[in-house]
Amino acid sequence: MNASPATDTAAAPDGAHPNIHTVLSMRGISKSFGAVAALTDIDLDVSSSEVVAIVGDNGAGKSTLVKVLSGVHAPDSGTIDFGGERVTLPTPMAALERGIATVFQDLALCDNLDVVQNLFLGRERGPFRLDEVGMEVRAWELLRQLSAKIPSVRIPIASLSGGQRQTVAIARSLLGDPKLIILDEPTAALGVAQTAEVLNLVERLRERGHGVILISHNMEDVKAVADRVVVLRLGRNNGEFRVGDVSTEEIISAITGATDNAVTRRRSRGDAASQTPDAITTEEAAR
Amino acid sequence: MTTTTTPSPSTPTDLQDERLRADTGVGGAIRAGIDRIRGGDLGFLPVIAGLAIIWTIFQILNPYFLSSGNLTNLLMESAPVGVIALGIVFVLLIGEIDLSVGSVSGLAAAIMAINFIDNRWPLPLAIAAAVGIAVVIGFAYGFIYNRIGVPSFVITLAGLLGFLGLQLFVLGPKGTINLPFDSPLVYFGQLAFVPQWLAYALAVLAAAALLVGGMLRARVRRNAGLSAPALSLILIRAGLLAVLLAFAVWYLYQARGVGWMVVFFVALVLLANYALTRTSWGRSLFAVGGNREAARRSGIRITAVYTSAFIACTTLAAVGGLLAAGRLASAAQSSGGGDVNLNAIAAAVIGGTSLFGGRGSAFAALLGILVIQSISSGLTLLNLDSSIRYMVTGAVVLIAVALDAVARRSRSSHGRA
Ligand SMILES: Nc1ncnc2c1ncn2[C@@H]1O[C@H](COP(=O)(O)OP(=O)(O)OP(=O)(O)O)[C@@H](O)[C@H]1O
Ligand SMILES: [Mg+2]
Repeated sequence: MNASPATDTAAAPDGAHPNIHTVLSMRGISKSFGAVAALTDIDLDVSSSEVVAIVGDNGAGKSTLVKVLSGVHAPDSGTIDFGGERVTLPTPMAALERGIATVFQDLALCDNLDVVQNLFLGRERGPFRLDEVGMEVRAWELLRQLSAKIPSVRIPIASLSGGQRQTVAIARSLLGDPKLIILDEPTAALGVAQTAEVLNLVERLRERGHGVILISHNMEDVKAVADRVVVLRLGRNNGEFRVGDVSTEEIISAITGATDNAVTRRRSRGDAASQTPDAITTEEAAR
Repeated sequence: MTTTTTPSPSTPTDLQDERLRADTGVGGAIRAGIDRIRGGDLGFLPVIAGLAIIWTIFQILNPYFLSSGNLTNLLMESAPVGVIALGIVFVLLIGEIDLSVGSVSGLAAAIMAINFIDNRWPLPLAIAAAVGIAVVIGFAYGFIYNRIGVPSFVITLAGLLGFLGLQLFVLGPKGTINLPFDSPLVYFGQLAFVPQWLAYALAVLAAAALLVGGMLRARVRRNAGLSAPALSLILIRAGLLAVLLAFAVWYLYQARGVGWMVVFFVALVLLANYALTRTSWGRSLFAVGGNREAARRSGIRITAVYTSAFIACTTLAAVGGLLAAGRLASAAQSSGGGDVNLNAIAAAVIGGTSLFGGRGSAFAALLGILVIQSISSGLTLLNLDSSIRYMVTGAVVLIAVALDAVARRSRSSHGRA
C-alpha cells in the first residue's frame, strides 16, 4: 500500500462530494472539574472522510474533550449530534455502540491481560466459548497492518514497551467498524516507522470514509495528515484553520495566544543557526 | 507497506519474531516453565510445594496422617469450605473481599433446615429457598457497592454481623435443628461414595478429555497458522494425569474412597475454571481486577461485573453451608461460625489468588483448602488443640500473602505485571 502524503483531494468537505456528511457536531460543550473550567463553550465539527487535528498547549482541554466524546466524562452543558441525531454519551459503552472508538492518552489497557485479551476486551468473540484462535489470528493481522514490532501476543501488556502498548491501543480502536476514530497523541511514544505507519493508517481511514480526530503536539504530523486544525487554548476554541492555507507560525500563535511568543523568539534564534523550522513542536512552546 | 524479511511460510504466525526463542517439544516446555517462575509467575508451584512439605512433616510426626482413611476424611472435610473458598476467588479476582461468607453459609443452612424440618417443605424447595436468599444477599451487596460506593470490606463486615444475627433469629430459641440421617442431604454429606469402578472410569475420562481437548485445540491452532504444543507434550500431560488419578483412586479405595461431595466440589471447580478462562464474563472479572477504569472504557458494564461476582460468592457460600449442614447432620447456631470464614478466605489466598485483584484461578480454592485441611487434620492427629491450629494456619496465610507480594514485585521487574 502506498502512502501518498496528503495532496488532499478529500480536504474540502464542502458538500461538493455527495458522500460527505457531518459525522459529529458539538455545540457549546462545557466541563468543569471543581473550580477548574477545563472546557468552556467548545464547538467542534467532523465530517466523514475528514481528519481534524486538535492542538493546544498542555492542559488546554484536549483530552477532556476526547473523554466527553468517548463517554468517560459527561459534559456540564452543550449538545452533541452524532450521525445526524442528538445523542447523549453517558457511558463509554454508549459511545462505543454508536461507533466512536478512542485511543486514550493513557491507553487504558489492562496490565494483567495479554495482547489478544486487551484487543478484544469488552467484545470477545463467542461470549460463552471464547474463540481464542480466531482472536489471535485477527490480532496478528491488525498488528501486522501497523507494522507492530511485538514478539508475542500471549504475553501480558505489562511486559511491552511504551510504543508497543500504544500500537496495541491503536489496533484496538480499529476493531469493529467505528464511524469516528479519536486518537489522543497516538504517536507520542512511537518509533519512526511506526509513526509513519500510523499516519498512513489515518489517511487510509479517511479514504474509507471514517471521520478522524487526531490530537498531536507534532505540527509536522498535523500538517501532513490533517484537513483542518482546531486550536484549543485554556479550554476555549481559539481558532480553526484549513491546513492548506495556514502556516505553522499561525497555528503556534493561536496555541500560545500571542504572535510574540517563546516559539517565535526561539525560531528567530534558530533560523540563524539554520534549524529546520518544522521540527519545532508546541511542547517546546510550553517551556 | 514496508516488507520486512518475510519468514518462511512454515513458521507459525506467532513465532515469526526473530527475538523469540523457539520453545518446542518437551525440553522447550520445561525451559519456558522455568522462565515463567523466574519472572515471578509462580502459578501453583508454592502451594503444591507447601502441600508436599506439610504432608511430609505430618507423616513423620504421625504415620497415620497419609493413610487412606485419613485422606478420605480430609477430602470430605475439604469440600464444604472449599466451595465457599471458590466463591471467594471470584471476589478476590475483582479486587474486592467478602467477609460474610461464613455467616451467609450458616444462614443458608438455618433457612434450609427450618423449612425442611419445621415447615416440612420438600428438600429441593428448602435448598432452593436457601440459595435464593444468598443470591438476593449478593445482589444487595452489589447494589450497595455500585450505588453508594461503600467499600466491600465494610459492606460485608456489616453482613457478617447482620446475617449471623439473622441466622440466630431463624433458628430461634432451640438453637439447633437436626437433620434426619435418612435425608438425602445427610447421605450426600456423609455416606455417598462413588463406586470404585466409576472412580476409575472418571479418572480415565478426565485424562482422555485432557488428551482429546489438547489435540483438538492443537489442530485448530495449526490450521490457523499458529504454533501448537507438540503431540508428545499433550500425551505426557494426559498420561501423567491418568497415572496420578488412577493412583489416587487406588489408594483412597483402600478406605472408603471418594465421596460424591468431593466429586461435586471438583466439578464446581472445573465449571468455575471454564467460566473464568473461557467466557467473556470471566475475562471481564480479570479486567476489572486489573484496571477498573480501562475495563470501563472498553465498554464493560463494571457494575454488572461487581454484582455478578458478589452473587457468585454468596451463592457458593450458601452451597458450602448446605454441604456443611449435610456433613454435620444439623444446622446450629455455630454453623458457619468459628474459623469457616477465615479458612475460606485463607484457602483462596494460599492457593495463589492475589489480594490485589486480577490474578487467580479456580484451582486456587481446591489446592488452598487442601493445605488448610491438612494442617487442621495433622494437628488434630497430634492431639494439639485449636490454639496451635490457629497459629499455624495464621503463619501459613502470612507466608502465602508474602509470597504473593514478593512475586508481584518480581513480576513488575520482569515485566509481567
Ligand atoms: N479528572 C480530572 N479531575 C480534575 N481536573 C482534571 C481532570 N482531568 C483534567 N483536568 C484538568 O482539566 C484541564 C485540561 O486537561 P486535559 O487533560 O484535557 O489537557 P490536555 O489538553 O489533554 O493536555 P496534554 O497536552 O498535557 O495532554 C487541566 O487543567 C487538568 O488539570
Ligand atoms: Mg491530553
